[in-house]
Amino acid sequence: MDVDHDTLVSVSKSWGLFYLIAFSIGVLIYTFWPSNRKRFDKAKKNILRDEDDKPWK
Amino acid sequence: MVKQLTSGERQFAAVILVVLAVLGIAMAAAGRADPLGVHGLIVLLYSGALLYVVLSSFYEREPDLSLRTRYYDDPIKVGIALTMAWAVFGMFIGVWVAAQLAWPNLAFDAAWSSFGRLRPAHTTGVIFGFGGNALIATSFHVVQRTSRARLAGQISPWFVLFGFNLFCILAVTGYFMGLTQSKEYAEPEWYADLWLVVVWVVYFILYIRTLARRREPHIYVANWYYLAFILVVAMLHIVNNIAVPVSLGHAKSYTVWAGVQDAMVQWWYGHNAVAFFLTAGFLAMLYYYLPIRAGRPIFSYRLSILSFWGITFFYMWAGSHHLHYTALPHWVQNLGMTFSIMLLVPSWASAGNALLTLNGAWHKVRDDATLRFIMVAVIFYGLSTFEGSFMAIRPVNSLSHYTDWTVGHVHAGALGWVAMITFGSLYTLVPTLWKRERMYSAMLVEVHFWLALAGTLIYVFAMWNSGIIQGLMWRTYTQEDTLAYSFLDSLVAMYPYYIARAFGGLLFLLGAIVASYNIWMTVRYSPEALTDRAPAGPDQGPLPENVTAPAE
Ligand code: HEM
Repeated sequence: MDVDHDTLVSVSKSWGLFYLIAFSIGVLIYTFWPSNRKRFDKAKKNILRDEDDKPWK
Repeated sequence: MVKQLTSGERQFAAVILVVLAVLGIAMAAAGRADPLGVHGLIVLLYSGALLYVVLSSFYEREPDLSLRTRYYDDPIKVGIALTMAWAVFGMFIGVWVAAQLAWPNLAFDAAWSSFGRLRPAHTTGVIFGFGGNALIATSFHVVQRTSRARLAGQISPWFVLFGFNLFCILAVTGYFMGLTQSKEYAEPEWYADLWLVVVWVVYFILYIRTLARRREPHIYVANWYYLAFILVVAMLHIVNNIAVPVSLGHAKSYTVWAGVQDAMVQWWYGHNAVAFFLTAGFLAMLYYYLPIRAGRPIFSYRLSILSFWGITFFYMWAGSHHLHYTALPHWVQNLGMTFSIMLLVPSWASAGNALLTLNGAWHKVRDDATLRFIMVAVIFYGLSTFEGSFMAIRPVNSLSHYTDWTVGHVHAGALGWVAMITFGSLYTLVPTLWKRERMYSAMLVEVHFWLALAGTLIYVFAMWNSGIIQGLMWRTYTQEDTLAYSFLDSLVAMYPYYIARAFGGLLFLLGAIVASYNIWMTVRYSPEALTDRAPAGPDQGPLPENVTAPAE
């Protein structure tokens, strides 16, 4: 099949848009998913905990 | 370095280096008088020198394997030394090329020192040499600390570090001989490109394997940025550099891309080099060293995730703004323009997140020059992304393109953002890594800060002025509808700005030299931090092995 310029243009103008929208929605859901809240909170505080500068067992 | 390796690992290191040396001999034999032959010789010398280091400690006592429960910091230390060496080299060449633009005689009539060869030596030296080594060194630090796990390899971190530096050396020496693929920021020829692919794949595997060892349930966001940097740079590098060499005994190659596709691939690469080499990894530094230095967690972790995905997916489509008013289809230019403007949102989200983290700690910013480096970096990040989005608008670009405005923008980003965040991170990292109480001289950090800030401001203002004057002169018409100024007129108008720019650059270079001295003195003379930590082992002793005793 010959993929010409017009085909590429229409694909990027339609599916390109939808995939980016779908992707953004996915990211938003992940970010604001209630049960992730605690994980994120711990992650951001934990890097400041550095008792003995050694890997954990 | 070598003392840390078991005898099996020492053998393995020696084998790798012998293979590399044989490759060098093969290149030298195939290339003969061609620059490829010279590069073969350089590969041979480089691997020979490293082999000497390995062999001279080959039969030393085996290391105490219980030390392997510690973090692996030696490669980071060497990486920091290389970072500073490249900073001084790259910035020196930068000041030199800047001076050549004001006083062309400074090329001294030699081919190797002409502007066209020194300029890529400057960009490669600072972007890959200075920036790349800083990224590798800090990524090794951040991934271990945030994962609470040791690097997943004894030899591979060294392979990544020295392999990458070999690439940089091949690149820069190639330019001096007149070698280039004529692709901006991707000038090195095919064999250096192939070598970088090998190095980069090892880097990626090492990073992933270290993350897999992590003891923290969640992968801290800084690692996402480093990983994006590693993964995307691999993609960009491979696609943009697909080329066919004239023959295996020749340094010269031809790209497989043709015409406008070539231009698009090149600037898809070029812009994402800005995004993933010059931004993503440095944002990783920001998200780790800023909270550490300020002693407070990042303002909003969720915002950092949203801006991560925003930056990753918007940047990908922005490259065509480098090709406004070209043969590139109009809709592709529009696409790049639109995405560039949208990019402002995640960019400012990161900048705002960082500034809000500092909110409430402004007294620390006032007192601590290191934290001030980080804060100023954030401000320049916000500034240069705003400027970039603005310049990406087609009519604005018609004024800025081909002028010094672009150069001003680049250096607001490169000096103000990339270099400042690097120095802020290094001043945070060096004392902890060498277990020192603090940097040797807080005063010198302060001096460096003001040199860097003054240098950046002089540089950027000179180029903004010069660029806009240039752009306006080129589009001024007389009443008879002819151009009012010749190109030469605009060149004469640039003269004072070029002198100012060289001076600003000189200040910045002096700052980097001060930093190198301060880091060196910290390693050698600063008192050890008083802690109740376990007694230091060889990889954490008071002196790193590559430093001799003060009595010398
Ligand atoms: C939202 C973010 C950004 C956007 C939309 C953007 C946009 C642009 C635009 C429109 C140009 C001029 C292209 C031309 O006329 O040829 C440019 C050039 C450049 N920018 Fe940015 N920029 C951004 C951030 C940055 C940052 C943070 C850096 C870091 C150093 C940077 C480094 C560069 C470089 C090196 C060039 C010169 C490319 C060349 O050699 O022609 N940019 N950018």
